[in-house]
Amino acid sequence: MSASVSGRASGLLSRARPPLRAVRRELRSGEAAVGWIGLTAIVLLVIVGPAFAPAAPSDIVALPYATPGAGHLLGTDFIGRDVLSRVLNGGRSVVLLALAATVLAYLLGGTIGLVAGFVRGRTDGVLMRAVDVFLAFPHMLFILLLATGVGASWWVVVVGIGIIQSPQISRVFRAATLQLTGRGFVEAAVARGEATARILRREILPNIVTTFVADAGPRFTFSILTVAALNFLGVGLRPPAPDWAVMISENRPGLQVNVWGVIAPALLIAILAVSINLVGDAYARRRGISTDVDPAQP
Amino acid sequence: MPAVAAEDSATVGGRPGAVRRAVRAHPLAVYVVRRIVTGAGLAVVVSFLVFGATQILPGNAASSILGDKATPQAVALVTKELGLDRPIAVQYKDWIVSFAHGDLGNSFGSGFSVSKLIGIRAQNTITLALLALVLIIPVSIVIGVITGLRAGGALDHVFSVYSLVNIAIPEFVIGTLLIAVLAVRFHVFPAVSILPPDDPAISHPDLLVLPVLTLFIGAIAYNNRLVRAGVTEAMRSEYVKMARLNGLSESRVVWRHALPNALAPAVQIFASTVQWLLGGTIAVEVVFGFPGLGQGLVEAVNTRDIPVVQAIAMYIALVYIGINIVADLITVLLIPKLRTAQ
Repeated sequence: MSASVSGRASGLLSRARPPLRAVRRELRSGEAAVGWIGLTAIVLLVIVGPAFAPAAPSDIVALPYATPGAGHLLGTDFIGRDVLSRVLNGGRSVVLLALAATVLAYLLGGTIGLVAGFVRGRTDGVLMRAVDVFLAFPHMLFILLLATGVGASWWVVVVGIGIIQSPQISRVFRAATLQLTGRGFVEAAVARGEATARILRREILPNIVTTFVADAGPRFTFSILTVAALNFLGVGLRPPAPDWAVMISENRPGLQVNVWGVIAPALLIAILAVSINLVGDAYARRRGISTDVDPAQP
Repeated sequence: MPAVAAEDSATVGGRPGAVRRAVRAHPLAVYVVRRIVTGAGLAVVVSFLVFGATQILPGNAASSILGDKATPQAVALVTKELGLDRPIAVQYKDWIVSFAHGDLGNSFGSGFSVSKLIGIRAQNTITLALLALVLIIPVSIVIGVITGLRAGGALDHVFSVYSLVNIAIPEFVIGTLLIAVLAVRFHVFPAVSILPPDDPAISHPDLLVLPVLTLFIGAIAYNNRLVRAGVTEAMRSEYVKMARLNGLSESRVVWRHALPNALAPAVQIFASTVQWLLGGTIAVEVVFGFPGLGQGLVEAVNTRDIPVVQAIAMYIALVYIGINIVADLITVLLIPKLRTAQ
């Protein structure tokens, strides 16, 4: 993992800048601009989309696999529900599940990494061996096993993705924490006799924010892709949920008749994930954090 | 990359004379033994995980055979029949002993022996993965070397954007889009790869094209960046600077000095691709209805056919660990620095 914390100082300073200038700077790179446009469009669609849906996502409005026409702009799905209405309603689950999984991953991995990097010694050794074991296990397999044990549900997806992402995160946080523990302000806090939890929260955490943000983009992308894959495989959300990945799975047999039941949700998942990747990559690049792919990443 | 040097020096320090001398004389042998032992330990931990995860809920197995509407009496009866009321440690021991003997039990769903069910599937998945691998490795090396040598150029930018975009598109979406374009729109290839049962995939090459293409497109985006990173790093290194200062021609600098060092990590790339394929084939097989291990696993997960899930999961995990070990050993053999540094 080659994410450096060299951009730490600039990350702290940029918070004081007027927001408009920050936005303009953000958009200077073409890739980032495309990313932000895509991301804004999808977020808007996810939030206000349901209000514009012409029909309820569960209403049967016409014959199955009707081609696009008046009243149903993207045609109908395999049992005659309006594809447009389902697409407008189907983004919320993808975004929320991926968000929840990523937050859980940072809570788990961040805590492990901070503690291991700060306390060091035997605790560090034990935690990092556990991380090694987890990295040597195929990720997808872990979630599929979990689903076999407790059955398919949305929380299997969240917990599973949270757990499989945490080892990598703990490594990043540990490395960043290790670099800080020798610094004056941390040693001063230790000398003042402050509690470990307080030092981690007040001294260490604010100084690894840049590392965290640069790291979070690719991880959120990974969460979205994995949530979609698991819902597609039938391990997460199940029909009749109007979820983009579930839609792709259930409308595939009618690809020859109404292609939009599959293409529309597929394109939206792709735009969402690509946009986040572009934005995150531009952010990391500007702060001089290496964006070279990490061989250990799934 | 394996951190042999650091680990070795740490442990060697604390050993008594004779052992320390032996270790110092054969650091490579020690590394090989240690790597295999940790691999075996890992396999045991993985078997706990595989067995434990499928047993989280009590009565899980019996109710998954009988369905949701089974009476508690029926569940209790089947639980007893399958020996699921015994202590969990005994069940684990029986399971792992029969697994080691190649007896994988019978499927809950069909009642057939699991080894018979997964035999032809394993063969199909290996065919699919090997075909993909044969395409992925050389193409990603060529693209990675070209873009790495001309880092910052137009072609580099094109592939950088392509990778950034493609990494963010899941394999099942790539596969579905390929079906929509090549199968449904232009009728070039069949949309599904459903094989007659007992027919190996290799005897139906036309059914393999789209799944292989999907895996290829998915993996190239990632792999060419890995190779590119290695090449740019080598081109910035001290020894390339020295070679240039010595007045060597640029082509000699590239071919004799930079590339051999840049491509040593190719072993790790190869390994990570195989590991990626172990997961990547799951969704792709489902998309195309391809009868491989991945599709079998997903089917078994959805019907909670625990013996099938356990068997396939163990095989995938063991292959994963094995590839890690082999790749680490080859890397250590290729890079003398890792081998000798004490």
